[in-house]
Amino acid sequence: MSKLSVNHLLGIKNLLKEDIELIFQTADHFKQVINRPIKKVPSLRDITIANLFFENSTRTKLSFEIAEKRLSADIINFSSSSSSVTKGETLIDTVNNILSMKVDMVVMRHPNPGAANFLSKHVDAKIVNAGDGAHEHPTQALLDAFSIREKYGNLKGKNVVIVGDVLHSRVALSNIFCLQKLGANVKVCGPLTLMPKYITSLGVEVITNLKEALNWCDVAMMLRIQLERQDLKLFPSLREYTMLYGLNKELLDSLDKEITVMHPGPINRGVEITSDVADSKQSIILEQVENGVAIRMAVLYLLAGQIE
Amino acid sequence: MGKNDRIILDEKHFDITIKRLAHQLIENYNDFTNTTLIGLQPRGIFLAERIKAELLKINKNFKIEAGSLDVTFYRDDYRRQGAPLIPNETHVDFTIEDKQVILVDDVLFTGRTIRSGLDALLAFGRPKKVALLTLINRRHKRDLPIQADFIGKNIHSIDEERVLVNWKETDGKDEVILYTPKDE
Repeated sequence: MSKLSVNHLLGIKNLLKEDIELIFQTADHFKQVINRPIKKVPSLRDITIANLFFENSTRTKLSFEIAEKRLSADIINFSSSSSSVTKGETLIDTVNNILSMKVDMVVMRHPNPGAANFLSKHVDAKIVNAGDGAHEHPTQALLDAFSIREKYGNLKGKNVVIVGDVLHSRVALSNIFCLQKLGANVKVCGPLTLMPKYITSLGVEVITNLKEALNWCDVAMMLRIQLERQDLKLFPSLREYTMLYGLNKELLDSLDKEITVMHPGPINRGVEITSDVADSKQSIILEQVENGVAIRMAVLYLLAGQIE
Repeated sequence: MGKNDRIILDEKHFDITIKRLAHQLIENYNDFTNTTLIGLQPRGIFLAERIKAELLKINKNFKIEAGSLDVTFYRDDYRRQGAPLIPNETHVDFTIEDKQVILVDDVLFTGRTIRSGLDALLAFGRPKKVALLTLINRRHKRDLPIQADFIGKNIHSIDEERVLVNWKETDGKDEVILYTPKDE
């Protein structure tokens, strides 16, 4: 297979296993490219990409930007805080105005679930979803799975536990789809108030005891506690959360085997993960960031190749 | 093989040609200090490997640095084909800064692959000098002003014809065939 089965990257749910493997193989080559003395290739020199961020982002935005630059694409950046969106313009109008400037691809983050899907039906450009509300964040899931593959060679049969605020996490949902498609076993762990009701229908078991979850897994994916949503009172206090669901060195060392620790960032040090764990040998947090650039290059490269 | 297909290099002449190319390189590069042999993916790597083996047969003290280069990301026909081009491996584990580079490909046709190859090469440094070695040179077919420095065999062919280089390692037999593809 040399072509994706989709025309946009809206989520992992509608990707085939073969699509994910094609993205990984392409990313392997780009990882080589970004480690060369000259880290840039001219593949997308005739492509213009708009990065539309209707919600705050640092890491994802920078990662996409650098991936685009390494592919020699022309880019324009847009963030909603400084735009006409605050003046009442609709999403389709905003995007069509930008597309009139001859833009071929759109990378979009939006607070509303389904925004990327909606856009793909109404505008004539390749859409890459960079996170839509609590729905999906496909490139994050791809880079997470790619990092696990890099460490273990294969995801088949690997046990992965996702710990924390699954309810608000688009990273969790995309990862569940992605890991399951690649043959990994996925469980989630956290207080029941932070678990979505539908979670068991995805074939994912909920464990409420962190130590039990960690003893089962090969890889623990720690999610960020969304401090900005603390007023919702889904758990009594941050301190209690940290005591029950925070990963610290003592807990990590008490396990039967050596597990791998991941985090999509940004980290709340001392909340879901302590500094000594985040900076330990078992953590692959910084590898995840490096792989993010290679994965995004692969996605953009493959989608751009399908532009008529 | 169709009735208009013909062998332009058989096993015996194939071997003679490789030997001659190896000797020509020795004439020009002496003991290969500061020189590197780079095969272009996918088919040029076999030729580069064969030339390297031949050189070592002649003098096992040669220290020949060799690599393979994939030009996919540098092509000018990306997005002009049905599907995205899928890359091959690149193995250049050294810098080419200030080195003499011999680019190796099996067939020189339009010159576009070589142009991409030159671009790709520059990602590994600034070479002192780049030369081109090709097994088959299809004359009068160039789209770009690119010529080979070392040529196995010159041939005249029409556009519709294709040159197929078979290798013992993968195809069972060393030979070069000129053929006309059906329904193209």
